[in-house]
Amino acid sequence: MNLAMKDLRRQKVSFSATALGLGLLFAIVLAMGGIYRGLVEDATLLVDHLGADIWVVQRDTRGPFAERSTVPPALEDRLRAQAGVASARSFSTATIQRIVGARSLRMTVVGLSWPEDKGQALPLVSGRHLRDPHREVIADRSLGLALGEILPLGDETFRVVGLTQGMLSSGGDGLVFSTELDARAILNWQAPEAKRVEREGRLARLAGTELDSISNQDRLRDERFSPPTLAPFPANAILVNLRPGASIEEVQRGLEAWPDVTAYTAQEQRDLLLKGVVEKSRKQIGLFRALLAIVSGIVVTLILYNMTVAKTHDIALLKLLGARSSVVVKLVLNQGLLLGALGYGFAILIAKFLFPLFPRRVLLGPGEYLGVGMLVLILVTLASAAGIVRALRIPPTLILAG
Amino acid sequence: MEAVRAENLFKTYGHGATEVKALLGVSMVAHAGEVVALLGPSGSGKSTLLTGLGLLNPPEKGTIDLMGERVLEDGKAFGDLAALRRSRIGFVFQKSNLIPFLSAHENVRLILALNDQMGPETYTRSQELLEYLGVGNRSRHFPEELSGGEQQRVAIARALAPAPPLILADEPTAALDSQRGRAVMELFRKVAREQGTAVVVVTHDHRTLDVFDTIYEMEDGVLSRAEKTA
Ligand SMILES: Nc1ncnc2c1ncn2[C@@H]1O[C@H](COP(=O)(O)OP(=O)(O)OP(=O)(O)O)[C@@H](O)[C@H]1O
Ligand SMILES: [Mg+2]
Repeated sequence: MNLAMKDLRRQKVSFSATALGLGLLFAIVLAMGGIYRGLVEDATLLVDHLGADIWVVQRDTRGPFAERSTVPPALEDRLRAQAGVASARSFSTATIQRIVGARSLRMTVVGLSWPEDKGQALPLVSGRHLRDPHREVIADRSLGLALGEILPLGDETFRVVGLTQGMLSSGGDGLVFSTELDARAILNWQAPEAKRVEREGRLARLAGTELDSISNQDRLRDERFSPPTLAPFPANAILVNLRPGASIEEVQRGLEAWPDVTAYTAQEQRDLLLKGVVEKSRKQIGLFRALLAIVSGIVVTLILYNMTVAKTHDIALLKLLGARSSVVVKLVLNQGLLLGALGYGFAILIAKFLFPLFPRRVLLGPGEYLGVGMLVLILVTLASAAGIVRALRIPPTLILAG
Repeated sequence: MEAVRAENLFKTYGHGATEVKALLGVSMVAHAGEVVALLGPSGSGKSTLLTGLGLLNPPEKGTIDLMGERVLEDGKAFGDLAALRRSRIGFVFQKSNLIPFLSAHENVRLILALNDQMGPETYTRSQELLEYLGVGNRSRHFPEELSGGEQQRVAIARALAPAPPLILADEPTAALDSQRGRAVMELFRKVAREQGTAVVVVTHDHRTLDVFDTIYEMEDGVLSRAEKTA
């Protein structure tokens, strides 16, 4: 006869409510782990997706994600000439926040190197990859953009041709993929007035130099003219892929001799992201999680202890009737295990149905579920132990005291 | 056959200024099939004797034999007292005898389960016992849904379940009106006669004394046999 189960029949509602409360606590413990894993996943998602062997960035920076890095796109050509290098493509990314319609959209623009990368490898949930080198983007669904929607950025408009799911930046912002050239144009766009002012500035700087001549002044005033002496829009990094058989370390060492750049392997780039972006969150989340586990432990202990105290009379009666200690232990322990199991069940339901609505990714694998399950098991067992100690001390003669 | 024999029991509560000598050399016998009443004023030591016989509150001196077997001698237990309680002794108290979260039927079956009897025959046995005590139609009810008299009948059914040689009842009718109280006392006699159980009942109700075979009176920790004047 399972006394714990029999007891619960009479208090289904209060027991379920208690279990739901615990379930919420356990769900948060679960969420903490999932959020951390989500952070790691998000942080490294793009690096993994772009699949470069070596990231070449501005000298001594930890760019382009952890900090700003600018490199001239022409660096591509120098890199292509390196032994072992199969391809080099410039890469630009930045997070922008724009008003589109009535919404404030925070998005991370990522340049794909047209024509090799049209976004074929992106996990599209609808639409298609890029077909035109200009004015098309693939956006993440988290941004709430619809397929076919027109996105005005700078003085261009971009059509959303494809939607991805779960493609987020390390900051948790939805990614928008365009061609690399478009990305650079979007990120470096200036208002016509700003361009006019810049032209005035150039004229002013021209004055007094030996290049100052009527014809040069005319050229600078012409809106279509961009002086060849000005650098084109910079990129943030150059992505290098190696020929089969080439040694990453060797090429990296070769590039380290270049005075203007720093080269990271994909793994180093990943570590930079994890250290910079995730490390602090990890500590914070870990601390929070430990605190929550302690709070859950205290709550579970109090609940189970009080449930035992509430049964003092029944336990005394059981002992008077000659019940073995094991009967009393089972009663208390089973109650704890049932409470833990039901609470954990609620936690799983919450995780399944509520976590996907969270603004940031909550990534839960079997490991998380197992880990928190074990934690719950340990907590209720320890908490039950407190109840058991109390229960075993109840004298059977208590029943006679009235 | 002697179901229970107590010899020269002494029990003292507390010490020093608060010392209370509750039993002072109490001896008594209850035979199989005998209904024994235990009378006496409040605080005279009746409950102390009953819980002593029930192996709940062992007297520090004297001996107790159950079915001719020594189970207690000068505070020293022979065997597992809890095991003896669940198999050899049935208990009925004034009130709150039943586990509140178990139905009448389950309360009876519980004592069988405590004795490791779990099979389907336990359902039949507990139903038969409830019917025997006139509460067969209440078997699915929970204690709070039963009247005081019905609760006591269920408690007696439970006490009977393991077929113990001895039933101990401490003021089992105190919470009942006289009519129902009498009915319960008569049930005890029926049980004693038909099941061959020795029943020891602490009572204050002098109107039901005709039910009993033997009457003991307790006075300040000293027990004496009273004459039946019915
Ligand atoms: N646990 C205890 N600790 C200290 N003294 C106790 C304890 N139990 C009983 N006593 C004392 O022992 C004496 C006998 O008590 P007992 O309960 O046996 O009396 P009783 O005859 O059953 O009385 P009543 O008719 O009121 O139930 C009383 O003086 C009582 O105060
Ligand atoms: Mg008493």
